[in-house]
Amino acid sequence: MRADGGTNLIRRLKDWSASAFAVVATCLVLAPLVAIFSYLVYMGLGAINWAFLTQTPKPVGEAGGGMANAMVGSGVILLLASVIGIPFGVGTGIYLAEFGRNRFGNVIRFAADVLNGVPSIVMGIAVYGLVVLRQGHFSALAGGIVLGIMMVPTVSRSTEEMLLMVPQNIREAALGLGIPQWRTTISVTLRTASSGIITGIMLAFARVAGETAPLLFTAFGNQFWSLKVNQPIAALPLQIFVYAISPFDEWHRQAWAGALVLVALIVATVAVVRLLARRGMFQGAH
Amino acid sequence: MPALHRVSLLQGRRPRRVADRAFRFFVLLCALSLLGIVALILLELIKGSLLALDQFGFSFLFKRDWDPVNGDFGALPFIYGTLVSSLLALVVAVPLSIGLAAFSTEMCPRALRGALSFTVELLAAIPSVIYGLWGIFVLAPLLSRRVEPFLAAHFRWTGLFEGPAYGIGMLAAGLILAIMVIPIVTSITREVMAAVPQNQKEAVLALGATRWEMLRIAVLRNARTGIFGAVILGLGRALGETMAVTMLIGNRAEIAKSLFAPGYTLASVIANEFSEATGDLYLSALIEIGLVLFLVTLVVNALARLMVWRITRGMPVRTHA
Repeated sequence: MRADGGTNLIRRLKDWSASAFAVVATCLVLAPLVAIFSYLVYMGLGAINWAFLTQTPKPVGEAGGGMANAMVGSGVILLLASVIGIPFGVGTGIYLAEFGRNRFGNVIRFAADVLNGVPSIVMGIAVYGLVVLRQGHFSALAGGIVLGIMMVPTVSRSTEEMLLMVPQNIREAALGLGIPQWRTTISVTLRTASSGIITGIMLAFARVAGETAPLLFTAFGNQFWSLKVNQPIAALPLQIFVYAISPFDEWHRQAWAGALVLVALIVATVAVVRLLARRGMFQGAH
Repeated sequence: MPALHRVSLLQGRRPRRVADRAFRFFVLLCALSLLGIVALILLELIKGSLLALDQFGFSFLFKRDWDPVNGDFGALPFIYGTLVSSLLALVVAVPLSIGLAAFSTEMCPRALRGALSFTVELLAAIPSVIYGLWGIFVLAPLLSRRVEPFLAAHFRWTGLFEGPAYGIGMLAAGLILAIMVIPIVTSITREVMAAVPQNQKEAVLALGATRWEMLRIAVLRNARTGIFGAVILGLGRALGETMAVTMLIGNRAEIAKSLFAPGYTLASVIANEFSEATGDLYLSALIEIGLVLFLVTLVVNALARLMVWRITRGMPVRTHA
């Protein structure tokens, strides 16, 4: 049986090298993640201070100042985006799951896929043409619209998937009690699927929270305080971009601080929403 | 859903049916406006690029000049830069993602699995602009000091690693894109690998297969459609990625063979020049670049779907639980 032994050795060698490759690949993927996070925390904590969190940017060359207006601006844009994107996405998801198991539903699904694949910068151009040119100036609203539209495909897809996972006999049980279909969908099906849907919304939110490219020609950025919806507004990712490519060390420091705040914001959103979802705050009507 | 319809017929009372209709109409409206938005985006891009389309026609795609001062525009350097940086990203990312997915589904201790998938999710949650920031201050210096001199010393004969090692350039952009697409490719690959029925794996193992043979025969073969879809999705993301690439690729509209040389992509030329574009033709040329980007990602996504449909034909993609 020598031949067999030989083949076995080759097979074992192949098996061993495949395993080794998988381990090495895992390490290679984790390395940049660890590098990015540790460098981000190190640089960010070194640069963050009270002034950074409470002041607006100082003119070029002056030390100090901060990104308070950009943080608030991001909040305004994201609020607008959620108000636009979430109802719209959940509605589409309900349609696809409850009424869209047909050809027309496939067309909508394809459109959602297309929208999901449209590069964010292209969305920026389109909304620039549709909103900014018509209004005549850059605005927080245009930024909110662009990010809101970008949330829709993710929200609608996860809503659909989660609704489809609700067993059919739960729907039938509700309908059998004489509950109308719309009420069944909202209070029974949607509620059963709510934690999954919230996860989808949260992912969509986290994705658009850091978007920079579509805001370049919609929200545009602003060096001063502004809460006005129809005026240009500062946003954290935009400010990080501008500061990162600038030639000033002080601005580089602030870019790191801003990056830390942005990542913390994204992680915190995720954590808070998860917590609320677990406590049953989003459980719908009883 | 035949069962549902039958039940709702039984209910029969008028106000309820009105409410049901209204509800159905509302969600249909949501779905329809999704279609409307896609159409609006396309129309807006076409409308905006009419001037450039009129002036240059199809030669726009094959011209190498980008000269805003003399009003001469061609998109070839950007198309080249986009393709090269994205392909570079896939070449690096795909094997690593499959390796990582195999590790986390088949080899990793159960306790570690959750932590690993959480870490990959974190990688996906980092915004593009932060990858760019890290790229400028960490990756680019690392490349120019260590990696690029090494590549130039040992692999110059390929012609891909020549010229001054700035750090900023096509190689940096490709690598940062690779890091950015790994989470997408990995998470989908892992999902489809995990979906392979346990008893198929066990059957192959019972025949005396090693773990690698089990992966190859039972897992990879079953999951290849999904993995292909994952790769295409990764490509779609890489093609349209803007901020990190803009910060790292060097932004010069030239076609160079060396990966050390700066380049430019479709997305980054829009990001850099759109708000400063003077003159209608310049703006129109940039919007046409946006249109090209839109159509390319559309084709990539449609292709992925078509392939998936062709392979899974006759089988329901999702089943009711």
